[in-house]
Amino acid sequence: MTSPAPGPHPPLERDQMLALYRWMRLTRTLEERLTALYRQTKVVGGLFRSLGQEACAVGSAFALERRDVMAPLIRNLGSMLVKGAEPVEILRQYMAKGDSPTRGRELNIHFGDVVERNFIGQISHLGDMVPVMAGVTLTFRMRGEDRVGLVYVGDGATSTGAFHEGVNFAAVQRCPLVVVIENNGYAYSTPTSRQCAAERLIDKARGYGVFGMRADGNDVLEVYRATRDAVERARGGGGVSMLEFMTYRRKGHAEHDSQSYVPDGEVERWERTNDPIDRYARRLIVEFGFPTADVGAIDDEVRLTVDAATEIAEQSPVCDGPDALRGVYADPPEMPVLWFRGNAPSAVEQHERPAGWGTHDG
Amino acid sequence: MSGRRDGEPTMAEITFVEAVREALIEEMERDPAVFCLGEDIGVYGGAFKATEGLQARFGEQRIIDTPVSEAAIVGAAAGAAHYGMRPVCEMQFIDFMSNAYDMLTNYVATARYRAFLPCPIVVRGPSGGYVRGGPFHSQNPEAAFLHTPGLKIVYPATAEDAKGLLKASIRDDDPVLFFEHKYLYRRIRGTMPEGDHVVPLGKARIAREGGDLSIITYAAMVWKALEAAEQLEREDDLSVEVIDLRTLLPLDDDAIVATVRKTNRALVVHEDTVTGGIAGEITARINELCFEWLDAPVRRVAARILSCRRRRTSCAPVAGSPHIEGDEEQPWRGLM
Repeated sequence: MTSPAPGPHPPLERDQMLALYRWMRLTRTLEERLTALYRQTKVVGGLFRSLGQEACAVGSAFALERRDVMAPLIRNLGSMLVKGAEPVEILRQYMAKGDSPTRGRELNIHFGDVVERNFIGQISHLGDMVPVMAGVTLTFRMRGEDRVGLVYVGDGATSTGAFHEGVNFAAVQRCPLVVVIENNGYAYSTPTSRQCAAERLIDKARGYGVFGMRADGNDVLEVYRATRDAVERARGGGGVSMLEFMTYRRKGHAEHDSQSYVPDGEVERWERTNDPIDRYARRLIVEFGFPTADVGAIDDEVRLTVDAATEIAEQSPVCDGPDALRGVYADPPEMPVLWFRGNAPSAVEQHERPAGWGTHDG
Repeated sequence: MSGRRDGEPTMAEITFVEAVREALIEEMERDPAVFCLGEDIGVYGGAFKATEGLQARFGEQRIIDTPVSEAAIVGAAAGAAHYGMRPVCEMQFIDFMSNAYDMLTNYVATARYRAFLPCPIVVRGPSGGYVRGGPFHSQNPEAAFLHTPGLKIVYPATAEDAKGLLKASIRDDDPVLFFEHKYLYRRIRGTMPEGDHVVPLGKARIAREGGDLSIITYAAMVWKALEAAEQLEREDDLSVEVIDLRTLLPLDDDAIVATVRKTNRALVVHEDTVTGGIAGEITARINELCFEWLDAPVRRVAARILSCRRRRTSCAPVAGSPHIEGDEEQPWRGLM
């Protein structure tokens, strides 16, 4: 399928190039802090790292405008930070604090903001966000709004029915949607070769009649450029684009996972030869001439930022019990409290029949 | 407002399915955020013609023919609803709602609670048996959604309610599953009240007043219960009250308690299978809320645990005790 060729982009400004580095560094430092908190048992539930995938998340989200909508996955902390999520929000979520974005209803990075920052709280059922984003972008098309959507899936989610239905629906409706497949080699313990018999996941794009492109997911600039092209194609009425970013998950599915299924030396090889942050830092200094000190200053600033956010999040209150009864429905907004204390009348007193009816006439 | 089920239609009367269509038209004209999506609902007008003429009237942007993808239909509706729209999804047959079960129960139902996402969608479609639809075009899957917090379930019996409850469902800020019994589509007629006819969700209706026994039911079984009530009055001089629940989630506890306190006997009836059906929930609530008002145990009449069959009596309530007299081969004998 032919798509309109996107125009050449203006080159990134120097502060934008540093911003890309900062978002990746913030992602990693924040996750390292979360790992420490996890080991201190301060994290409620699992901890899902994106170590080694920071370029994928950051480079793609960086191509979106604030008005554009994104549906992240569990390894898209970097995307959410770019889209405006605050480190203190992330920390509060992971610690299930009462003032976290979901007030303890959800954990980790399962939260969103559809009013200002425009990212949608995901659910754990993989692929489900694709139809949802088809609907979000259908809305923009229907209302003639100059906004696009971006949805992330992993290699595993490409096997789901929801992925298929969502991509196909969006393709037929020519929704302004970018589908990013982050191929990190594993869905939990299952390698991509056991996920799909196609040679490349991006081969699926052809079957849906949408633009498809594979790129190096550990090169933040390449990720950014590919996504930027797809975003402009969507904004220009060119419909759905599918991108496959090749990357590697250097941690287990979650922090508890020992990665016993990973061949010896594989993780270490990626760490040594293809770390997205190391690669980009080297390019900033060698290729683009940034002083080493400027890059190092970002590392220091990020550490202070995460320290300050941790300080605040640790002092956040625990959840308010009765708040759990709120918000199941818009109407009624609150469920009644069902327990009784003190002088509350018993059920029998409340419902007793008139005297003489034979049931409770004592 | 009992609806008419025999005789010649008068000018002012419209059928159940026409009432559905009127509700869609009025809500789409009232609110530009309302749009419909589903399979074959556009040019073709829907398998049961509920959306006939709507695409010509509102255009392809607002009456959207979709691929055969129930999960995408519901998921896309949710996404649109997050950004200010009020989508109405049509399931070609409500049986196919099971293809969107994950999307409805995990995504849609939890959206508000877990992420404060507005999700005002309606998922509507033809349900129920008695039209020789076979096992996959005759089901009543409402109970499968009853224990999902965050959803509302509406199942009207009359043409007036079909219109008024659908309008209320479209305006409701919560996701609503709206069941339309296909046997009623063209057999039940009603006269629509003047003006903006909206029937509030969560309020049951007394379909027939009585003092000796309450039959608590909904949808097509309301008409079956009315027939039984007339027969019991004629042959046994019993005064039977019939409660049409209209909304199954939330249930109208006040109406259930009021009728039990009035008659002291309750029979809960539905077309769906008995085990794990809504009758069990209603029975439990009666026990919890007004046990001491009962003169006899609550009984259920519902279908046996059998898959729907391709015969005229598919999904007929043939099991349970006490048994309502009826000819299985002609369950609607003289009724509609």
